[in-house]
Amino acid sequence: MTRRVEWIYGWLLLSPALVLLIAFTHLPALNTLWGSFFSTPRGQRPAKFVGLGNYETLLADETFWQVFSNSFWYAVVTIPVSVALALLMAIWVDGKLAGRGFVRLAYFAPTVLPLIAVANIWMFFYTPGFGLIDQISGAFGFPSVNWLGDPDLALGAVIVVAIWKEAGFFMIFYLAALQSIPPQLREAAAIEGADRWTFFRRITFPLLMPTTLFVSVNAVINSFRLVDHIFVMTDGGPDNASSLLLFYIYEIAFKFWDTAYASTLTVVLLVLLSVLAVGQFFLLDKRVHYR
Amino acid sequence: MNQTGLDRWLNTIGAWTLALLWFLPLLYAVWTAVHPSAYATRFDLWAPLTFENFANAWAAAPFARYFLNSFLLVTFILIGQFILCTLAAYAFARFTFPGSTVLFALVLLQLLVMPDILIVENYKTMRALGLVDTIVAIGLPYIASGFGIFLLRQTFKTVPKELDEAARVEGAGPLLVLWRVYVPLAKPTYLAYGLVSVSHHWNNFLWPLIVTNSVETRPVTVGLSIFAAVDQGIDWSLINAATLMTSGPLLIAFLLFQRQFVQSFMRAGIR
Repeated sequence: MTRRVEWIYGWLLLSPALVLLIAFTHLPALNTLWGSFFSTPRGQRPAKFVGLGNYETLLADETFWQVFSNSFWYAVVTIPVSVALALLMAIWVDGKLAGRGFVRLAYFAPTVLPLIAVANIWMFFYTPGFGLIDQISGAFGFPSVNWLGDPDLALGAVIVVAIWKEAGFFMIFYLAALQSIPPQLREAAAIEGADRWTFFRRITFPLLMPTTLFVSVNAVINSFRLVDHIFVMTDGGPDNASSLLLFYIYEIAFKFWDTAYASTLTVVLLVLLSVLAVGQFFLLDKRVHYR
Repeated sequence: MNQTGLDRWLNTIGAWTLALLWFLPLLYAVWTAVHPSAYATRFDLWAPLTFENFANAWAAAPFARYFLNSFLLVTFILIGQFILCTLAAYAFARFTFPGSTVLFALVLLQLLVMPDILIVENYKTMRALGLVDTIVAIGLPYIASGFGIFLLRQTFKTVPKELDEAARVEGAGPLLVLWRVYVPLAKPTYLAYGLVSVSHHWNNFLWPLIVTNSVETRPVTVGLSIFAAVDQGIDWSLINAATLMTSGPLLIAFLLFQRQFVQSFMRAGIR
């Protein structure tokens, strides 16, 4: 095969995927940025260039700041807790354990359920008065709590659901990594008299760093991408207390049809996502030990 | 390792406590779904078993149609992804052409900038194409999957070049080599990616919610959310039955192929 023919083959093989990728990922991303500098066309009025007008609106939008802080706390709690739980689960399931099959199944099962179904199940737990949580706490004499209706509690209630759904998924990656650690290391450590905690801190944990990096980048992306449960459980309420950025974008774009402002919000989301993912990569990369 | 008896006991108890806590929501959903609604909030070990909730839920909303839509959707996406990602991965793995590095970076960019987030612009595109409220519109943005291309490229790169060359000496063209040599050797990757893709798109909600607005196109997740919203607070047994029904196919597949599922997710995650 001559070089020219190889070029043509390469491009031809690539072109169908590339066309769709550009049409539904790269062009929309650029159009989102472009659109954020224009006003939303309404009726007879076409879109007109407003410069940074939408960004000024954004800075003055109290709901945006509320949603921004919700997203921040949602990520700050969900990511470390689900990653730490995933590691703990993986270590338990990897070791000798009675009934390991069931335990692993229990941890992983939430992962295969649709988030929308998960939300329905949890709704029932949170229902004030006769939900499971209230029934248990009621048996101990605690007053009934409206978990999803209280602005101080709604976000926390939603975070619990996200952790329940995610931890088992991340566990799988840790499990794969744990199983690739050579058993000789464990034997050597035992001869040296290292206890379990030292072994974990000095050997297991550093060796798991690439997995931790992979899992936490995924966790960051998921914390912005997965908002399905908000639709069922709280609809962003009460008073936007549990609204997340992508949910707010949906509301602005498809309830109020303010597409220009929705584009502006999407730009913020994309910037946040890139900064976090890239930052995390460099932060954790220094401590990753590649073999 | 010096694992004392106490240490082992604490670990076992911890692992089981967490497992039971994790399993409880699912167990509870099953319990309410197979008992009459009068028992939804009352625990009675001897409450009569019934499958009426499933029958009632099935009759109360067009679930048969929703299931068909979801089935068509995941099939369409899976076939499309297999074809497009295979071709693109083959190009990246075994052909040298100008721009391949930049183009590969563009492909990987999709791992961060996903169609899930670009809902506003993608909706505009679908409207311009006249595809709003079609199953094609739900699937199209996901067909060229950066993740799938990456995964298959990594697999194709591990195929020994000698096999490739041997096939070419016998006169096979590049596409025939792909079909005869690369695709068969990548079967485990296809299985892994297929399971991940099917479960992902069966469960997807936000984009289908936006781009569909009729019974004929809605997948089960959107159907379920509408069903639960209408009946909310009225009959939990019914809602839980519907919830389990929509997750049923994946849950059953998962129980049957637990090992493959777990290994697939692992395989898709590492490298």
